[in-house]
Formats: sequence, C-alpha cells, structure tokens
Amino acid sequence: MSSTAGHAHHDEAHQKPLVGSMGVDSRKLGLWAFIGSETLFFATLIVTHLIFYARTSNVLESAGVIEYLDPRLGYLAIELTTVLATLLLASSLTMVLALAASKARDWKKFRFWQMATILLGASFVGGQVYEFVHLYHEGLKLAPSFEMHLSHEAYQALSAMNLDPSIVTLKEAGEHATAVVPSLFGVTFFVMTGFHGLHVTIGIIWLLAVYIKVMRFPDSPENPMDIELGGLYWHFVDLVWVAIFTLIYLI
Amino acid sequence: MAIAEQHIAEAQTTQGAEKEFSWREWLATVDHKKIGIIYILSAFAFFVLGGIEAVLMRIQLGVPDNTFLSADIYNQLFTMHATTMVFLVVMPLNVGIGNYVVPLMVGARDMAFPRLNALSIWLFIGGGLLLYLSFLTGGAPNQGWFAYAPLTQTQYTPGQAVDYWILGLGLTGVASIAGALNFIVTVLNMRAPGMTLNRMPLFVWMNMVVSFIIIFAFPTFTVASIQLLFDRQFGAAFFNPAQGGDAVLWQHLFWFFGHPEVYILILPVMGMVSEILPTFSRKPIFGYAFVAYSGVAIGFLGFIVWAHHMFGVGLGPVANAFFAGATMLIAIPTGVKIFNWIATMWGGDVRLTTAMYYAIGFIAMFIIGGITGITLASPPIDLQQTDSYYVVAHFHYVLFGGSILGLFGGAYYWFPKMTGRMMDEGIGKVQFWLTLISFNLTFFPMHIVGTEGMPRRIYTYEAGMGWEIWNLIETIGTFLLAFAVLLFIYNVAKSLRNGEPASNDPWDASTLEWAIPSPPPSYNFLNLPVVNSRRPLWDAKYPHAAGDDHHGAPSKPSQVRYEYTTEDSPGAKDIHMPSLTFMPMILSGGLTIASLGFIYINQAILGLPTRVASYVFIAIGIAMVFYAIRGWVVDSRRDSPYLGHH
Repeated sequence: MSSTAGHAHHDEAHQKPLVGSMGVDSRKLGLWAFIGSETLFFATLIVTHLIFYARTSNVLESAGVIEYLDPRLGYLAIELTTVLATLLLASSLTMVLALAASKARDWKKFRFWQMATILLGASFVGGQVYEFVHLYHEGLKLAPSFEMHLSHEAYQALSAMNLDPSIVTLKEAGEHATAVVPSLFGVTFFVMTGFHGLHVTIGIIWLLAVYIKVMRFPDSPENPMDIELGGLYWHFVDLVWVAIFTLIYLI
Repeated sequence: MAIAEQHIAEAQTTQGAEKEFSWREWLATVDHKKIGIIYILSAFAFFVLGGIEAVLMRIQLGVPDNTFLSADIYNQLFTMHATTMVFLVVMPLNVGIGNYVVPLMVGARDMAFPRLNALSIWLFIGGGLLLYLSFLTGGAPNQGWFAYAPLTQTQYTPGQAVDYWILGLGLTGVASIAGALNFIVTVLNMRAPGMTLNRMPLFVWMNMVVSFIIIFAFPTFTVASIQLLFDRQFGAAFFNPAQGGDAVLWQHLFWFFGHPEVYILILPVMGMVSEILPTFSRKPIFGYAFVAYSGVAIGFLGFIVWAHHMFGVGLGPVANAFFAGATMLIAIPTGVKIFNWIATMWGGDVRLTTAMYYAIGFIAMFIIGGITGITLASPPIDLQQTDSYYVVAHFHYVLFGGSILGLFGGAYYWFPKMTGRMMDEGIGKVQFWLTLISFNLTFFPMHIVGTEGMPRRIYTYEAGMGWEIWNLIETIGTFLLAFAVLLFIYNVAKSLRNGEPASNDPWDASTLEWAIPSPPPSYNFLNLPVVNSRRPLWDAKYPHAAGDDHHGAPSKPSQVRYEYTTEDSPGAKDIHMPSLTFMPMILSGGLTIASLGFIYINQAILGLPTRVASYVFIAIGIAMVFYAIRGWVVDSRRDSPYLGHH
C-alpha cells in the first residue's frame, strides 16, 4: 500500500515547477480562485454605481432636465478615458510579450516588455489621478450631490423651468452658474474607480517586484511562473477596466 | 499486535522527549496542525465570551421588568453575542478542525500555502481582538449583527463602535478569504496519488464547497462594509436615505453574503457528522455521491435565497414567490443528507461513543431547526413571525443544535488524534445529555413565546404577557448549558493530563488521518499514501474486503495496526518543511494597528489634535506591513527548493 511517491515527488521538486493533483501550479490555481473572488468584489461596486446612476438619470429625465444635467455626459470625458483604456489594453499586450520573452529565456526582451507594462500601468494611474483632480474642480466630489457648471444657455433654460429643489438647485455667482443635484453618482464613481486604481497600483508593485526578482535570480526555474502569475493578475485588472469603461463611459 | 503496541509506546516516549513547550514554535509556526489548534483555542475563548454575553442577557430576561442591564448594554450584548458566535466561534472552529484534519485526510504534508495559513490565523485573532477592544473604548457595537441601515449612520450610532465592527470583521474577512483559497488549492491540488475527487472524505468535500462559498460571498460584504465606512468617515451616504442613499440596498448586499454565511457555518459540520456516523456504524456512508453533491447543491442554492431574510421589507409578490420557492428547494438536498445519515446507521454495528451521541443529537436537533426554517420560508408565515423569538428559536436549533453539537462531536472524535490522549467517555456522555437537555430547555420555549408575539432584541418585557414562565425556563436552561460547557472544559483538561494514551487509530476508522501517529509528526506522512478507494485505511486493514466498493468493516475492530509511517524511519530527516517565521504575525499586527488608527481618522484622541494620533497608528501599521512583506520574501526564499541553497 505504501509507496515511495513522497521521495519521488520531493526529488522532482528540484527539477520542475511544483504541479499538484490538478496538473496545475498551486499558486496559479490559488490566483484563479482569488480572481473569481475579486470578480464579485468589482461586480458589487459596479452594480452599486449603476443603481444610483439609474436613479439620478430617472429623476432628471422625468423632470425633463437630463439633457443639461446628465452626470455621465457632463463629467466623464470620453477622450481622456479612451486614451487611458488604450494605455491599459496596450499594457496587457506588452505583458504577453514579456511572458513570451521569459519563456524563450530572452531576459533582455523580458526586461524591455515588463518595464513597458509597468510604465503603461503607471501612466494609466497618473491619468486617473489627473481625471479625479479635474472632476473635483468640475464639482464632482465624494459627496451625495454634485455641482455642475452650466453654460449660459443651459442656465437660462433651467431657470425658466421652476424646478423642485429636491431635484436641482440653481446657483449663480457672477459669471458662473452652477446646478446642485442630489445624487450618489460621485460617491459611487470615486469608490468604484478608486478601488480599481488601487488594484492597478498593487499590480504595478507586483510587476516591479517580479522584475527585480527575475533580474537578481535569472537562473531560477520559477521565473516563468512568477511572471505568469503577475501577468494573470494584471490581465484581470485590465479586464475590470474594460467592464467599467464599457458600462460607465461608453453606454 | 504486540509489535504495534511497542511502536506506539516508542513513538510516545520520543514525542514526550521532544515535547518541550516553546512559544516561538507556536507563534512563528506554519504547521497546519499547530495553526489548527491555535484556531480552535482562540475560537473557544471567544465561545466563552459569547456565552457570557448570552448568560447576561438571559439573566436580564429571566423575570419581567428586570433592571439588571440597561437597554444600551443589552443592545451591545446581543450584537456582540451574534457577531462573536458567527464570525469568531463557529466559522473559526470549523476552519480550525478543517486546518488540522483536511491535509491529513487528503494525504498532504501541509496546506498548500503554509505562510498564508499563518497569516489567516493572526488576522483572525487581530480582527477579533480589535472588535472586543471596543468594549474598553466607549462601548461595543450595538446595531445588531446585520447592521441595518440607516441605524448605522453616525447620527444614530455616534462614537466608534460601528467602525470597530466594520474593521474588525474586515480583518477576519480577509483571513477567511485567504483561508478559503488555501483550502481550495490544498483540496484540489495536494491530494495523495489515487485520491480522485470522488474518493475524498466527505469532510474534505464540504470544506471545499464552503471555501468556494466564502470566496464568492465575502466580497459583497467587504464592499458593503467599505461603503458603510465611507458613509461614516467621509459622508458618502450610500445607505442614508435622507441624502439619496438606499437602506434596502444594505440589506440586499448584507444578505447576499449573510445567507451563504449560514451554509458556511453548517456545511463543514455536516462533513464532520458524515465522518463520525460511518466510523461508528462500521459501514461506509450511505449514498456517498448524494451526500457530497447535495452539499454542492446547497452551496449553489444558498446564493439565490437571500431575500427570504427581507420578506418584511415588502419586495412584492413576484420577488417573494421566487425567494420562497428557492428557499424551500433547499429542503431537498438537506433532506437527502439527513436520510443518508440515517440510512448509514441502519443495519450498522453502531458503537455509541460520545462523538456518535453528538452526531445523532446533531441530526435530531437540525431536523427541528430545518422544519422551522421551511415554515419561515413561506412569506405569509414569516410576516407573522419575523423579528419574534420564533426566529431566534429557529436559528439556534440550526446553529447550536446543528453546528455546535456537531462541533462537540468533532472535538470528541479528533481529540485523540490532536493530543495523543483519549477523552473521558463517561464525562463525555454526561456532558452530552446535559447539553442536549439544557439546550432544549433554553431554546424550545422560544418557539412558544415567539408565536405568542414576544419580539426579538427587547431588553425587558412587562409582566402579565404570559411569557414569564417560559423566559424563566430559558434562563435556567442557559445556566445549565453554561455548566455543560464548563464540564467540557474540565473533560479536556482532565483528559489532557491523564487521559488514556491514544493509538494511531482508536476508532478503527477508514480515513488517512488515522494511519499516522497521534499526534502526527510535523511532516504528517513519511511516504505519501496511495489511495485506491474512498476508505483507504479500511482497505489496508481489511484487505479481503477491499475492491468491493460497498464493503464495511467487520463487526470486530481490527487487530492489525496498519501504519503508513513510523517515527524512527531515517527518511524523515530528508523531508523539508517550511521554516518558522514571525512575518505573517507581524503583517497582521500591522494591519490591525493601521485599522485601529483608521477608526479614529476624524477624532482627536490620546490628547493629540484630530488625525495626528490616527496617522501615527496608520504609519506604524503600514511600516510593519512593509517590513513583514520584505521579511516574508526573504523567509520564503530560504525555503525555496531552487534558491535556498544559494
């Protein structure tokens, strides 16, 4: 009944990556399960945002003011986020190239593509910080209402409507007119995209750690798997951005 | 026989010599068995605390118009009692026994990620201590364990208690997800050669199902509690209807987690019972596949029934009908399990040990809780009984009558494996009857006062409602129950000192943990076992019956002690187990300290201006986290089969 499988297994461990009864590296299996868990984390954040956006737009629509005050149209700059999405998607491509280079044991190429991935990711985070600062100045804050700048025409049209203050309050200060709309759009937007940005930042640290580790120990047979794991997580945070970009910015 | 006994005696003397207690070996351990024991001991300490809270509440309710506790203290006690029992007792007791037993059952040397496992235990302890720290810093959480909005908004619950609750449970939640990932990989990837999924012991099956439930259910709660934290600390108003938030959204998010949570509490215990019953009936489990896959079915259905906790909200007839129907469906896989357990005993050569008493008690009490559960699944009935003591009776029958009785059974069953000593069966049986009777004295009358209209969570009631006698009986029952727990502690202490030495396989069981010494060596198996059936150890002990997939064990216990491993084998020196490391503990300590700082982010504390003390705590915590991550990398490199030698 007993066998020497233990010894055999142990000796093999010195030669090839640790593969278990599923035929998969244990860390990879664990990371896939973690990604499954993270999917529900982001699904909850995205659904919360969509619920409150739908409420705000329904209220504004039935009041007949959605064309002036839709927070998506008013705040979210599709040009900037398209650039950001492109950067992040490009980083997924460079990640694939980095992994391919590591499998070919071409460490020079790996260094180039891994660093390209890190820099693309960092510019995404930089762009997101810029977007947040910009939105803050535009009146979208971590608060249960937003204060949107109005064009002269919009202000004229809205002030002629005599609107319920629970839907929108108009403010005029000199040249600048704004509309204050009670809405959780800003709160849900910043929490959702903020947690995504945090994940991207963690991904950058991860990829950087892998980069340093591979540079210090280029002979370790674990390297391709270390790189693949970082890449797996990286592709996941990219994919979350694809979902956020499609559901919140595009539709 | 004589040779085998000699082996065991030798093993014990060598262990006796090794057994010099060292704090370092426990606090820096990455051994799944030590971590399991730390889980069990810390969860048991919380069980005593939660029990004290229950006794205090029952003293208050023992007589009408009592003034023993104030309303606010009472609110704190019922909130902490439930939070403790759910998150700090039943979950970690399941995880603790699972941690100890699952790697042994699948024939592995440790969990898949031993250091991550250590992180889980210290995060759990950090989160639990953070939660209990609130008692000393201005009062414990008093909003109920479900934390319904908008009661949790700062204008209704000022102070930091709710923040302690959010961050304390946040830390234990991270521990749970990390632990679940560890179980998933261990079960899927570390099984001994030949142990296919359909040959895994049912306790392993249920731990795997529960781990999947945890990784999919917990994120929703994590997000909801982060959103609540933003409401409280940054004025976000997610759940504040006065500012456009949605109180019912909290209920959806909470129960989307909260209902699967109750299966997280019960399924591992069902797995324990599915091990105990066949061993002491000397028969294989009846309908193995049905028991395993009905657990999977319960796991799936658990995700589509959450709104049965919300019938009182008034979600409309379509939603109510759907959630009522889905909830009633769960009775089918649950019933399948119950009938299979009963059929397992049917015609078996039943040995009534204490563990077996508890397993049978579990079935009986769980059936009562299950039946009241089915009645509560019907919206018209639920609307009559929601928020009454009937509901309290229902969930105590499944969580105490179910989970805790099953856990006592598991404790009596695996105590010899964990400690090398038998528990006192005489005291055990007295303790069982005392527990069973006092449990029913405490909780059965709650069905009656519940249907008579006594609401939950009231801190006192007027005389003359017809509830006095039942409440008095409940209080007496609670004291007896507390005595039963003390008797258990006495039994453990006594058995640890002078219990009869346990052999490898005192119950003549069929699963792999009984193939190795009690307690097992750090590496568990010298040679990884090869598995040919669902009952590898019975195959080995009764080779004439092996190959027949329905064989049981002969009615007389085996005279042959089959051993996969011996202590004195020279091969043991070649097994490399991961080294001790304090880094998981430092990492979780850092997260706990940073969380404590975060609680006071808008407060002036310790005589310092607003945020200063808070930022200091957060900075220290984060520094510890980074130090520990760096140390973790260094320690893991030392153990790497590739880099360790460089």
